[in-house]
Amino acid sequence: MNLLELLSNLFLDYTLRTVALGSATLGIVSGALGTYAVLRKQSLLGDAISHAALPGIALAFLLTGSKAPLVLMLGAVAAGWVGTLLVMSILNTSRVKDDSALGLVLSVFFGFGLVLLTFIQRRPDATQAGLDKFLFGQAAALLERDVVTMAGLGTLALLTMLLFWKEFKLLSFDPEFGASLGYPIRLLDVLLTTLLVIAIVLGLQTVGVVLMSAMVVAPAAAARQWTDRLGLMVGLSAFFGALAGVSGAVISSTTTRLPTGPTIVLCISAIVLISLSGAPNRGLIWRWVRQRRNRRWLRVEAVLRDLYLLASQHADRDHGHSVAALRTMSYGRGGVAHTLGKLLRQGWVQQVGPDEWALTPAGMNEAERLVAKQEEAS
Amino acid sequence: MSLPQIEIQLIAAVVAVACALPGVFLVLRRMALMSDAISHAILLGIVLAFFITRDISSPFLVVAATMTGVVTVGLVELLNRTRLVREDAAIGLVFPALFSIGVILISRFAANVHLDTDAVLLGELAFAPFTRFVVLGYDLGPRALYMMGGILLLNILFILLFYKELKLATFDTGLAAALGFWPGLIHYGLMTLVSVTAVGAFDAVGSILVVALMIGPPATAYMLTDRLPRMIGLSGLVGVASAISGYWLARALDASIAGSMATMAGVLFGLAFLLAPERGLMALARRRARQRWEFAQTMLAIHLFNHEGLPATDKEFRIEHMHEHMRWEPAFTTQVVRQAERRGIVLSRDGYLSLTESGRQSAQQAILN
Amino acid sequence: MNNGKKAIEVTDLTVAYRDKPVLWDVDLDVPAGVLMAIVGPNGAGKTTLIKAILGLIRAAAGQVLIYGQPYLEQRRVVGYVPQRESVDWDFPTSVLDVVMMGRYGSLGWIRRPGRQEQTLALEALDKVGMRPFAERQISQLSGGQQQRVFLARALVQEAQVYFMDEPFQGVDATTERAIVRLLQDLRAAGKTVVVVHHDLQTVPEYFDWVTLLNVRRIASGPVDEVFTEQNLRLAYGGRVAFLSRDSRPDIGRSADPAAVGPMARHDLEPSAAPQESSE
Repeated sequence: MNLLELLSNLFLDYTLRTVALGSATLGIVSGALGTYAVLRKQSLLGDAISHAALPGIALAFLLTGSKAPLVLMLGAVAAGWVGTLLVMSILNTSRVKDDSALGLVLSVFFGFGLVLLTFIQRRPDATQAGLDKFLFGQAAALLERDVVTMAGLGTLALLTMLLFWKEFKLLSFDPEFGASLGYPIRLLDVLLTTLLVIAIVLGLQTVGVVLMSAMVVAPAAAARQWTDRLGLMVGLSAFFGALAGVSGAVISSTTTRLPTGPTIVLCISAIVLISLSGAPNRGLIWRWVRQRRNRRWLRVEAVLRDLYLLASQHADRDHGHSVAALRTMSYGRGGVAHTLGKLLRQGWVQQVGPDEWALTPAGMNEAERLVAKQEEAS
Repeated sequence: MSLPQIEIQLIAAVVAVACALPGVFLVLRRMALMSDAISHAILLGIVLAFFITRDISSPFLVVAATMTGVVTVGLVELLNRTRLVREDAAIGLVFPALFSIGVILISRFAANVHLDTDAVLLGELAFAPFTRFVVLGYDLGPRALYMMGGILLLNILFILLFYKELKLATFDTGLAAALGFWPGLIHYGLMTLVSVTAVGAFDAVGSILVVALMIGPPATAYMLTDRLPRMIGLSGLVGVASAISGYWLARALDASIAGSMATMAGVLFGLAFLLAPERGLMALARRRARQRWEFAQTMLAIHLFNHEGLPATDKEFRIEHMHEHMRWEPAFTTQVVRQAERRGIVLSRDGYLSLTESGRQSAQQAILN
Repeated sequence: MNNGKKAIEVTDLTVAYRDKPVLWDVDLDVPAGVLMAIVGPNGAGKTTLIKAILGLIRAAAGQVLIYGQPYLEQRRVVGYVPQRESVDWDFPTSVLDVVMMGRYGSLGWIRRPGRQEQTLALEALDKVGMRPFAERQISQLSGGQQQRVFLARALVQEAQVYFMDEPFQGVDATTERAIVRLLQDLRAAGKTVVVVHHDLQTVPEYFDWVTLLNVRRIASGPVDEVFTEQNLRLAYGGRVAFLSRDSRPDIGRSADPAAVGPMARHDLEPSAAPQESSE
């Protein structure tokens, strides 16, 4: 299938359109709200919430016998909330630390969810089929009613986030100051966590409980590299989430035996990798280039200063000095000859004899400026 | 009980103890979630090694998968060191990616062999007795038992040999480094142990439930004791209890054994969380209630002590005004005053309160702490 | 304008973390228009005291009045500068944005800051000499600049009473001077400023009112009456020998342990100074 075909299918093919819309929704919502989780150092809370949602889905089905998306999602939200609450109360009332509390809730809830799932599977009636898609997600199984439910809940969550934009920013940056202004910080915390739970639950059917946490952490971590503003970060994170969601879901639903969750996670991981290395300013490549440039410039400065020092010790300012002398002065820095070449091109040094180097008037000015700056700094 | 049943329980118990031992140090070193990262990431190692060896129980597979686990730890640390993301996010970025590659490889290329995604999550404890360890025609028992037994032995050996170093590196990394114990080496040693245990247990209980067995029992023991040796022992016991009770729960519900073991590990932690004699929620509430009264009496004593000899003493010491000064409920104040009187902290005369000598002393002591 | 009135009235304030008391039965009257330092050894409850006054920590007993009213009704007249380390300075936001947070209290729910808030924030940045940095990402600031941003945020609160938690902690000399000037401007405008302070040496120079605290109130009043060697000994207990480390953790923590030595003697000087003046 070529790209054009894929694009036309995206608009015309019912299944593909549903899949794309659903996964875009999940990417936008989890990307936007994941930003807050990452900024509030709750990256791994998402992992606990998504695993904790599994028994909720199973129980909702056991109790109601319904597989309506809203019913299952409400079950998941409830269980995700109970999980979060348990983590908080373990942290507040015992000496068990956050890592243990998260890991415990995550694995125990998931284990219980598997118990319920296997229990349901071994029941005689066949209505249970399809619950296990919540483990690794199955985009191809998305139906229109699923997408409608997801879009509805997601819009609600995003609108709430926008409505309390200022309050959530305050909560994330400086909750104590917020409390001193009279905002009910605890309540805001509960509200924001609820939105996070909703964002996670939205994606469970497509990405699965095992990997949904990546959709909370990764888009935000990638977005953070490109911007220093919260608004942009939320928007970019939502965009990355949608991009990974759609591409992953489309790839997996057009290929046989390719589970959706892992495919989406690989897409978002690629985005993270690109962002970490290539983002301007923060990115690793950028940082490496800057460091190299700094190091080179430091070498230039050092040689310039050395020549200045030699010149000031000598009556005749144009007296030349050998590379060997400069090399002794900048012992351990190396690259003297190379640096001299650079200075020569700048017009700051001149060669006054074979292996005899001296500052030009312009080089003298530059060196004086440097030395003055250095003295000022110390 | 039939022989396979006994064998399954035996394997489950050995797995649980093997997981609990390194788990103790993970919990104490606040690295519990490393077990989550490692147990997910080793899947990739298992799959890759499986493609090479085509033998799910090859020792090479164990080694390769263990290495993947250690590499994961290194990757997390590397990502951390760029300072582009925080540590919690670093963990959350690395292992989902590795795990995803593993799952995709399985479903794409190995769907019809021994590995499948269900096995990844659940393990196959129920089938474990079917693979036998046969030497020269003699059936020596289930192969998994030997494998996990070996890993358990390795864990015990490591902890016995490096007990002092582990303890020091856990409680005072700086001192350990200063004494030349190479906490980094101990750290990676422990991570290798976690990896190898996760690889061994993977087959039996699956990747996510390894986490439950590594964190659950040690966290439960942590609620019960302060001493490291006792915590190690208790973790093992709780692990065995989770395994056996989990097995029977699974039988009763006809559900996943591994899931039930994780559930029971959670239930046992819940019990300890609520009922632990000193640190449990109940004990805490009881102590709080008692302390509230004692605290109130001390507050009363300090209040009187601070106002002794000051001009407004009359007003401050009138019993009927006491609750106003302390901003307490009148009934609560009456109760506190009565208790304080009974304990000889205060005296009441003509509707006024005064401190006794011992009351004065306890107020002073409370202030100096 | 507020002279003669009590700006802050704390009565019988007791605070406990879990079952450990941090403040015992503290009484405190702060007249309006003073510049007050709270000093005391580490763990004396200085930060706890202002957090309890601000209602950020629940008190086990006692009462706090701001201008005669409970704090909850007086929030609009109170400004707060938390410790600089209490927030994540890598948070993706600009200097201007942080300063505008000071207006969130009077904005109330949902409403977004607008042009008016921006103008106020820029004015406040001007006062702390940070206007050119308005669009800067906050992680690109030095410690002293971060502290000034926090002060600007408190300024836009347009409060009557200010609580500041160690504003001099880890700032450069220029910033320290700027902050002192700012505090004095606030006092001149009739505001009351309460500062948790570490450096005993500068207390008489910077402040006119002082509270010595060590779990309970040791003394509180005008600096030249209260800031005596006897009171300091009471506050710092038998640990006067460690005074330097307690009062100057920035120095105690510095890489050069020799720096602690001379500081120890140095720090004791002010305790004698007020006595001389009262003789």
